[in-house]
Amino acid sequence: MTDLSHIRNFSIVAHIDHGKSTLADRLIQETKTVADRDMKEQMLDAMDIERERGITIKANTVRLEYEADDGETYILNLIDTPGHVDFAYEVSRSMRAVEGSLLVVDSTQGVEAQTLANVYQAIDADHEIVPVLNKIDLPASDCDRVAEQIEDVIGIDASGAIRVSAKTGEGIHETLEAIVRDLPAPKGDRDAPLKAMLVDSWYDAYLGVIVLVRIMDGVLKKGERVRMMSNNTVHQVDRIGVFRPGMVPVDQLGPGEIGFITASIKQVRDTRVGDTITHEKKGAETPLPGFNPSVPVVFCGLFPVDSAEFEDLRDAIEKLALNDASFSFEMETSAALGFGFRCGFLGLLHLEVIRDRIEREYDIDLITTAPSVIYHVYMKDGEMIELHNPADMPDMSKVDHLEEPRIKATILVPDEFLGDVLKLCQDRRGIQLDLTYAGSRAMVVYDLPLNEVVFDFYDRLKSVTKGYASFDYQMTGYREDNLVKMQILVNDEPVDALSTMVHRDRAEMRGRAMCEKLKELIPRHMFKIPIQAAIGGKVIARETLSALRKDVTAKCYGGDATRKKKLLEKQKAGKKKMRQFGKVDIPQEAFISALKMDG
Amino acid sequence: MAEDWQESGFGIYVHWPFCTSKCPYCDFNSHVAAEIDQSRWVRAYLHEIDRYAEEVPGRVLTSVFFGGGTPSLMAPETVAAVIERIRHHWPAANDLEITLEANPGSVEAGRFRGYADAGVNRVSMGFQALNDADLKRLGRLHTVKEALAAFDIARSQFDRVSFDLIYARQDQSLADWQAELSQAVSLAIDHLSLYQLTIEAGTAFGDRYDAGKLRGLPDDDLAADMYQATQEICGEAGFEAYEVSNHAKPGAESRHNLIYWRYGDYVGIGPGAHGRLTISGQRYATETPLAPQVWLNQAEETGGESLRRALSRRDQAEEFLMMGLRLTEGLDMRRFERLAGEPLDRRALAHLEDIGMIARDGHRMRVTNAGRMVLNAVITEFLAG
Ligand SMILES: Nc1nc2c(ncn2[C@@H]2O[C@H](COP(=O)(O)OP(=O)(O)OP(=O)(O)O)[C@@H](O)[C@H]2O)c(=O)[nH]1
Ligand SMILES: C[S@@+](CC[C@H](N)C(=O)[O-])C[C@H]1O[C@@H](n2cnc3c(N)ncnc32)[C@H](O)[C@@H]1O
Ligand code: SF4
Ligand SMILES: [Mg+2]
Repeated sequence: MTDLSHIRNFSIVAHIDHGKSTLADRLIQETKTVADRDMKEQMLDAMDIERERGITIKANTVRLEYEADDGETYILNLIDTPGHVDFAYEVSRSMRAVEGSLLVVDSTQGVEAQTLANVYQAIDADHEIVPVLNKIDLPASDCDRVAEQIEDVIGIDASGAIRVSAKTGEGIHETLEAIVRDLPAPKGDRDAPLKAMLVDSWYDAYLGVIVLVRIMDGVLKKGERVRMMSNNTVHQVDRIGVFRPGMVPVDQLGPGEIGFITASIKQVRDTRVGDTITHEKKGAETPLPGFNPSVPVVFCGLFPVDSAEFEDLRDAIEKLALNDASFSFEMETSAALGFGFRCGFLGLLHLEVIRDRIEREYDIDLITTAPSVIYHVYMKDGEMIELHNPADMPDMSKVDHLEEPRIKATILVPDEFLGDVLKLCQDRRGIQLDLTYAGSRAMVVYDLPLNEVVFDFYDRLKSVTKGYASFDYQMTGYREDNLVKMQILVNDEPVDALSTMVHRDRAEMRGRAMCEKLKELIPRHMFKIPIQAAIGGKVIARETLSALRKDVTAKCYGGDATRKKKLLEKQKAGKKKMRQFGKVDIPQEAFISALKMDG
Repeated sequence: MAEDWQESGFGIYVHWPFCTSKCPYCDFNSHVAAEIDQSRWVRAYLHEIDRYAEEVPGRVLTSVFFGGGTPSLMAPETVAAVIERIRHHWPAANDLEITLEANPGSVEAGRFRGYADAGVNRVSMGFQALNDADLKRLGRLHTVKEALAAFDIARSQFDRVSFDLIYARQDQSLADWQAELSQAVSLAIDHLSLYQLTIEAGTAFGDRYDAGKLRGLPDDDLAADMYQATQEICGEAGFEAYEVSNHAKPGAESRHNLIYWRYGDYVGIGPGAHGRLTISGQRYATETPLAPQVWLNQAEETGGESLRRALSRRDQAEEFLMMGLRLTEGLDMRRFERLAGEPLDRRALAHLEDIGMIARDGHRMRVTNAGRMVLNAVITEFLAG
């Protein structure tokens, strides 16, 4: 057990891709936590999907031992956090476990939307903040300008900002010294009743549920019986240890320390993030404040392309959910798609990650239906229904009004693209709240409906600003608006999986855009196919997909029936990748692609 | 009970794999060789003929077809030896058809007499185009003038002469093709084959196409218009399509190709030749090695087959359907049912009839004109997953 004065706990926070995980690598390396020959890039990003996409999805903790210039050895617990807005929750809970933050800013880019969002969270958590200017090895690096920007936009002193290259290792020693010097030591009383914060938990195939804890008061030892204060369940601690970054057992954890325990817990759902763990006997009286659970904000249906794979899909979803409490699911039946699941996600990236994992790790082809947010439907009889799926929209005559979730969006963008960004926000029914400048960059704040953002707003923003804008949002609340359910009819049959909620004033435009998109996405058939958008039975947009004109091999094949048959079987296999609605085959990607707006 | 193949006759296909040069669009098994020892080829062919005569003896022979490659590079003696041996083994139908594919150059035409003497009674000539600029772009070695001269010689030697054209060529307009085809039908005697240029992987055109450098090909709509115009012009001139791309006056259809499309039995001899043979009640698909030398060595030693695969009932039924629907006469659905052990998918039938792609008349089914244009889509409706 280490004396409190020799412990420093901090999170590394930054906008996406500013170099958090790479900086963590260098800190791990410089402190010789991992031998040089075992190092690999962004070594904390262990999941396949993280390595493939080059992003961090899950926060990771490592304990470092650092012998500082003052001759003393310090225990440093770092938490590397994700930068993408979908996983902002990972950042906020990580911050609750530590006393300070390294705020990494890419010195070639400057302050971005998640930089701001993270700073505000760090200030909320009473953190000491150490600014770090990264990527100084790049020619485009401009530390003076970025330091000035940090002072202007964020309002914190950046004169002492450490200049580093997480790539070359320059400035890493100074970073470690600053951590020891500028960040506060944790507080805590080793003689008080145990209070351990449950920071995170995940499922391990061999060890069961692993619980990440931060000890606030008291001492936790192997073999002890502990109680979760939220639900009073009691468990015996069978393992206790720290991450270096592999799991290393220890005998006990004292105040200020961060480590893991296992206690024969079967499911991640049996643990509540933010809970307080205390001893079964002589435990603490009052729990720690705890934190708000993450809530899914985007919902969509996942259906197997081949309906025979439904049970496999169930199995896959249950296994993934074991490890990801922020993802919700329940069974859904669709008239056209059969059995599937309605799933809730933290955002579109989260949705994509889960969908990719199901398709790849479990080898199931999926149809993903139009993503939706949760609407509040107020019925005339006073009842309020939470609508997760437009297909379940009650009869309009019984509905009094609808409310939709709104967000506060912060966008940072170079001047020259401001016009495009304002237009995009305006087109998406945004209300401008604020517009300020920091040098040649504008910061705009908009009140926007979540459903206009959830889907392709970020893609559009990137494309209109050539990637120079950054974006962050927070949910604000619900507000009434003139919303209607728009149905899509293909060959005169409604396809419930393509139903969406739209604003009445924009319905014609969206309807037209969807019909046009579907006309491109659905392959030509032997007959012509009307594609219509309708509101309450009234058609508001219509396109016609003309019939296939020619699909015949007018060549001489002689007696080689085998080759000819193979070609046709290939064609047949292509059809099987689609789902049949009445007589029409719709490709699986159409359900998402049809919603993408070009403008 | 009669075996299935007996409904459609029995034929022998002989593949000659050599050409003077390789055409840029061609993915047939054809090769350019410096020297060919024809006596060796004769021995190998005869060897194979003898072998098959033991396996499928006594069949009444409907057709022999020399295809390629360029069979008009074969020495007439080679052709004569093959025909003689075939006739020695199998009883011939009264109207036995013996076809040879001929390239319409002047050199080839010089051998026509010899082929006729050997017993060839039908030639199919690869005209491909009726203007010199396009012949050049197609990599052909002959000119229109030479082709027409060869055609005249052929007519004087053989009872039946057909020719092939390839359309939907680069930079060909609908009007261009209509004019060319009108000329073609006035030339044609009683049969012609009209193919759409198909870009095949692994050919020079295929590579150029992949690199985005094969310009001026018609889009689907223009190709469809050309196909339709082809049906109209040929129909008016009395050359109704009896198959997707084959046109003939009544009675002048190629008997050999009808064996394929009516799903009869056929022996395939030579490199890359395919066969369908019913032996002791089981139908087999046969294949041979593609490389001429490999086939030659193997044929001399152990027999020229590289693969013999027993076809399941479903496979046979689907092949029968796939081939049969190419024909204007269509097919007998009872035969499908006998082969497959189950009838054709009733939902698919009803749907296709409903949208006007097929027509039924008692036990027969055929594709309509509209259905023939989208034949691949029609057939896939019937294929089992
Ligand atoms: N040249 C240079 N590249 C760097 C430096 N630090 C990080 N990078 C590169 O920047 C990219 C992003 O680095 P990461 O460490 O994954 O960034 P991150 O902030 O962890 O990203 P998220 O976890 O997705 O938010 C990678 O390609 C790194 O190699 C640096 O100091 N110099
Ligand atoms: C086996 S080939 C005939 C070979 C013969 N050596 C010739 O070129 O005349 C039969 C016919 O198929 C046609 N053909 C060959 N390649 C083709 C292609 N890529 N697309 C369309 N038709 C093709 C030609 O009309 C050719 O005459
Ligand atoms: S098209 Fe005919 S001549 Fe040309 S390479 Fe092919 S087989 Fe030989
Ligand atoms: Mg990272």
